[in-house]
Amino acid sequence: MSKIAEILQKNESELLADWMKEQLTAVRRRDLMNDGELQAQSTDLLRSIASAARNGNVTDVSGSDWAGVRERLTDISASRAKQGFSPDETALFVFSLKQPLFTRLRNELAKDPNAMFAEMWNATVMVDRLGLMTFGAFLKAKEQLIAQQAEEMLELSTPVVKLWQGIVAIPLIGTLDSNRTQIVMESLLSTIVATNSKVAIIDITGVPAVDTLVAQHLLKTITAAKLMGAECILSGIRPQIAQTIVHLGINLNEVITKASLADALATALQKTGKTVVRIDKQNGKAGENKDGAEVKQTPERKGA
Amino acid sequence: MTTLKSESVDIAGPTDVVILRQKVRAWSIELKFSLVDQTKMITASSELARNTLDHGGGGRCLMEMVSNGARSGLRLTFEDHGPGIPDIDLALKDGYSTGNGMGLGLSGSKRLVNEFQIASKVGEGTRICVVRWK
Ligand SMILES: Nc1ncnc2c1ncn2[C@@H]1O[C@H](COP(=O)(O)OP(=O)(O)OP(=O)(O)O)[C@@H](O)[C@H]1O
Ligand SMILES: [Mg+2]
Repeated sequence: MSKIAEILQKNESELLADWMKEQLTAVRRRDLMNDGELQAQSTDLLRSIASAARNGNVTDVSGSDWAGVRERLTDISASRAKQGFSPDETALFVFSLKQPLFTRLRNELAKDPNAMFAEMWNATVMVDRLGLMTFGAFLKAKEQLIAQQAEEMLELSTPVVKLWQGIVAIPLIGTLDSNRTQIVMESLLSTIVATNSKVAIIDITGVPAVDTLVAQHLLKTITAAKLMGAECILSGIRPQIAQTIVHLGINLNEVITKASLADALATALQKTGKTVVRIDKQNGKAGENKDGAEVKQTPERKGA
Repeated sequence: MTTLKSESVDIAGPTDVVILRQKVRAWSIELKFSLVDQTKMITASSELARNTLDHGGGGRCLMEMVSNGARSGLRLTFEDHGPGIPDIDLALKDGYSTGNGMGLGLSGSKRLVNEFQIASKVGEGTRICVVRWK
C-alpha cells in the first residue's frame, strides 16, 4: 500500500477536519450550500478516494479502481453547476485537499526526504488530475444546462396570440427543430380550438432558414388546421428564404403566402368578413383612432 | 486550391446540426457572402448534416474556407460510416425518401451550391463535398 493510501486510511478524521478548514477559508459559498451538506459531501468523497488509493494506483485516476471517485466527482460537479457555483470554486473544492495531504506526508516522512518528495509528487499528480476531471465534468454539466435552458426559452418564445375575433397568429422566432415545431404545432392547433378561430397566421419573419424539415412541419400544421376548419396564412417570407425554398423544390402552391404580417392580417380580416376602412375625418372621429382606420363587419352573404 | 482555414465539427445529435448551421452562417458572413448565398449555404448544410445524422447514423463535417486564386469560397465535406446509398441517382431524385421526409434534402442541396460531389459505398458510408463560391 502506498504511503498516500495509508495516510488517507489512518488519518481520515484529521484530514477531513483540515480539508474542511481549508474549504471554509478558501471558497465558502454559504449562500449556495450549508456546512452540513458540504461536510457530508467531503466525507463521502474522501472515503471513496481512500478506497481507490488502497486498491489502485494513486496516479492513475482513470483506472477502474477510481470509477467510484469519478462518478462522485461528476455528480458533485453537476450539482454545483446547477447550484450556481463558478468553475474555479468547484475545482478549488478538490484542489484544497492538497494542503492537508501534504502536511500529513511531511509529518510522516520527515526522516526520509527522498520518499517525501516522491510521495508529494504522487499526491500532486493525483489531486491535480482529480481537479481537472472535476473541471471537465463541471463544464460539461454547464453546457448541458445551457442547452436545456435554450430549449426552454425556445418554448417560451412561441406564444400564440389572438389578433382579432376568429384570427390567431403565431410569430416564429429562431431555429425550428423537430421538438420545437411539435410544440408550436400543438399550441397553435389547441388555440385554434379554444378561440374558435377560422384563420391562423404563421409568421416566419424571425426564422433564419427554412429547410425541408421545417417546411414539412409547416405543411403538416397547415393541413391539420385545415381539417379543423381553419385556414392558415404563411407570412414573413423574406426574399432569401423564398429563393432557397424554390431551389429546394418545396411546393407551397397550396398555401396562402403573404410577404408581411400586415398583409396577412388584411387577408385574414377579409376572410372573416371584415374590411378595414378609413374614417371620414370630417366627422371628427379621427381623434378616437390614431391611424384613422376602422374595422367594419361586412354584411355576410345569405346562406354563407 | 488553397485552404485558408478549416474546422471539423462532429454531428452526433440534433443540437450539432444547429451548431454547424451557426458556424456556417458565421463563416459565410466572414466570406462576405450575400444574404441569399448565406441562406443557401446554411440551408444546404442543414440538409446534409441532417442526412448524416438521420441516414448515416452520425459523422462529421469538415468546414474549409478555400481559395482558388481568383475566388474564395466555403467547402463542406460531410462524412459518415453509415449504411451508404445503394443508388445515388435514385437518392438524388426529387421526392425520393427512404424515411418519411420530403425527399428534397439531397437534390435540393445540390441546387443550392456551386459544386457537389458524392461518393458512397454500401456498408461503408457516405461522403458528400459541396462548395459555394463568393
Ligand atoms: N448520408 C446518407 N447515408 C445513407 N443514406 C442517405 C444519406 N443521405 C441521403 N440518404 C438517402 O437518400 C434519400 C434522399 O435524401 P433526402 O435528403 O433527399 O431526403 P430525406 O432525408 O429522406 O428527406 P428530407 O426531404 O427531409 O431531407 C434518403 O431518404 C436516404 O435514403
Ligand atoms: Mg434529408
